[in-house]
Amino acid sequence: MNLPLALLNGVDPWIFGFSFLTVAVTLWMGFRSAKTSKTASDFFVAGRSVSVGWNASAISGEYLSAASFMGVAGMVMSSGYDALWYPVCYACGYLFLLLFIAGPLRRFGAYTIPDFAEGRFDSPLFRKIAVCFVLFIGFFYTMPQMKGAGVTLAYIFPGLPYWVGVVLVGAVITFNVALGGMKGITLVQAFQYWIKMFAISVPVFVLMAVVGFYNTQIGANLAPGETAAPVSSIERKPLVEKAPKDTAWIAPFGPLTTKAVTAAANALPAEQRPAFLAEHQKPYSLLYTYSLIIALVCGTAGLPHILVRFYTNPDGVAAKKTTMWVMILIGVFYVFPPIFGVIGRNLLPELYSGVGAKGTDKIVLELPTLIGAKYGVVGSILSGITCAGAFAAFMSTFSGLLVSMTGALAHDVYGRMLRPKSQPAERMLAFKVAAVLIGGVAVTLGCFVEPLEINFMVGQAFAIAAASYFPLLFMSVWWRGMTMKGAATGMLTGGLCALGAAALTNLGTLALDKGPMGKIFAGFAPLNGFWAQHPLLRILCEQPAIWTVPLAIGLMIVVSKATSAEVPEDIRMKMLVLHAPEKLGLKQEYIQEQQAGTGH
Amino acid sequence: MSSPTPAHDDVVHSEPFLRSLMRRQLSLSIACAATFLVALLGMPLLNYFAPAFMATRVAGFTLSWLILGILFFPFVWIISYVFIKRSLRLEEDEVNEARR
Repeated sequence: MNLPLALLNGVDPWIFGFSFLTVAVTLWMGFRSAKTSKTASDFFVAGRSVSVGWNASAISGEYLSAASFMGVAGMVMSSGYDALWYPVCYACGYLFLLLFIAGPLRRFGAYTIPDFAEGRFDSPLFRKIAVCFVLFIGFFYTMPQMKGAGVTLAYIFPGLPYWVGVVLVGAVITFNVALGGMKGITLVQAFQYWIKMFAISVPVFVLMAVVGFYNTQIGANLAPGETAAPVSSIERKPLVEKAPKDTAWIAPFGPLTTKAVTAAANALPAEQRPAFLAEHQKPYSLLYTYSLIIALVCGTAGLPHILVRFYTNPDGVAAKKTTMWVMILIGVFYVFPPIFGVIGRNLLPELYSGVGAKGTDKIVLELPTLIGAKYGVVGSILSGITCAGAFAAFMSTFSGLLVSMTGALAHDVYGRMLRPKSQPAERMLAFKVAAVLIGGVAVTLGCFVEPLEINFMVGQAFAIAAASYFPLLFMSVWWRGMTMKGAATGMLTGGLCALGAAALTNLGTLALDKGPMGKIFAGFAPLNGFWAQHPLLRILCEQPAIWTVPLAIGLMIVVSKATSAEVPEDIRMKMLVLHAPEKLGLKQEYIQEQQAGTGH
Repeated sequence: MSSPTPAHDDVVHSEPFLRSLMRRQLSLSIACAATFLVALLGMPLLNYFAPAFMATRVAGFTLSWLILGILFFPFVWIISYVFIKRSLRLEEDEVNEARR
């Protein structure tokens, strides 16, 4: 009894109350909805009556993860202008999805990317290859969600170690998914979007009304070439030593994109440094910026757990309208997190010297408490609201990922590869075992990533998707000469290169940590020495999209040309189904022909 | 497709129909993507070659921050609105053509 009581010491009842309420309502709604839709086809087919508004809210709810809610603000605070590329590209990536992929994929009627891979190339083998990337991308995406959970719980319960929060939240969500709650039900996801929107916007408006608006908060920072900042009337706390200088923070090509060159310069003798920086700093950070843009824009169009949702639209017209509304809903959302980062820089600079769970990633949670100095309990209430939003963010995305990864493992790996003749009851059991297994791996991975930035890790998941699923979808939809071998070679090579590069980067960063992680990963410290000699290689490793995406597409073209005899025989019919308006009814015709075994 | 068509099946399943279908849709998508990419990929170039101009203050924001942090979102909404309008009209034309 003493331990729980000791834990509650220093816990703000408002913050705890709001967070607990969000978790309870989410679990309750999940179980209630799960009762009414029992099977996977209920989830997919019955959902097709969902209206555009609900569906757009649901897609946005699943998409806005801990990275959007907490990570963007934390990264804007720590790195300044360059971090703005993340929210912009997270939102604008949907345009690529809309322009090139959403319509055709919806017409083809494949529920998931592995379904599409199998149908487009008539190859069950390719399905098995494609399914691996659901897991690869998924694990990279769950790590930052787990960090979000650890940071939030460590904030609510000040005495709690980071890893306890990760294990606790991971266990609750995993068992919830394993028991059948949170099946990705539209209503729950839509509800989560509106919680997040409310939780990010209301505290921002209150904060800005009290401490000064967005533009004045930015105006208090000195830009390059200015002798004095244009706004001097607002309150600012002195920056700590670790914080970037105003001019580097507010201008493009700041600390985020110049990190590799700065590390390389520090390894040089002091007298060579200025010349080295002058020569390499800006060109290399331009390269970094472009690679980041490619990763995020292309990656959005290749995220497995988002594409699934497009099939809940009744038809292609609704699918397109939904995409447009998603862009509006998430676009409005993404204006707010950077404001937290900007105000945080002026009012909570002490977070710059915090590491891991005590660093800038918790700015969204902590900033509203500053209101408390003037308005008492209002600060706690607002902080409780942002905590509730953070719970909604990592719970919805983690559940969505867990459902799609578990489905891949139970349905494809177990049901099709290991035991094709298994009974439905065995498959239900397999689903539960797979959920616990994947949840366990995700939690374990999550415990190791405390020193890494939430937003950065999500960017890596996008980079892997950009080099694997995006080229697969884009090329298969628009080029009829694609063969299975070409698609597989390109997707595997590009995707695995991106995966390897991301893993190396993380291992190198973890080796730098001053805490326990630095000891565990000390073996990778020589990597950082190598990168200090070769900053260009470091950038290409940290942001691999600029070479992996062209590599994947190039390989697809070359290998497909070499194996052009293997283009599926009924390719013209497949292309017609992908591109002809649904009113012509070609999909039904195609299915009938497939069932009759005629081909075309 | 200007030639008179005996049965609608022949038009729909003909090679020229598929080619014109894909070409028209792809050129619309590419036109929209190009507008978007010029703005998106042009921003870093402007920052690189005209840093002083992009650091101009607009109501406290730097110009660069104002564009990326706020104005970019409505810009993308406009592109997607135009795309959806046009692509729906395109689909209608295609259906009419096939059924003629």
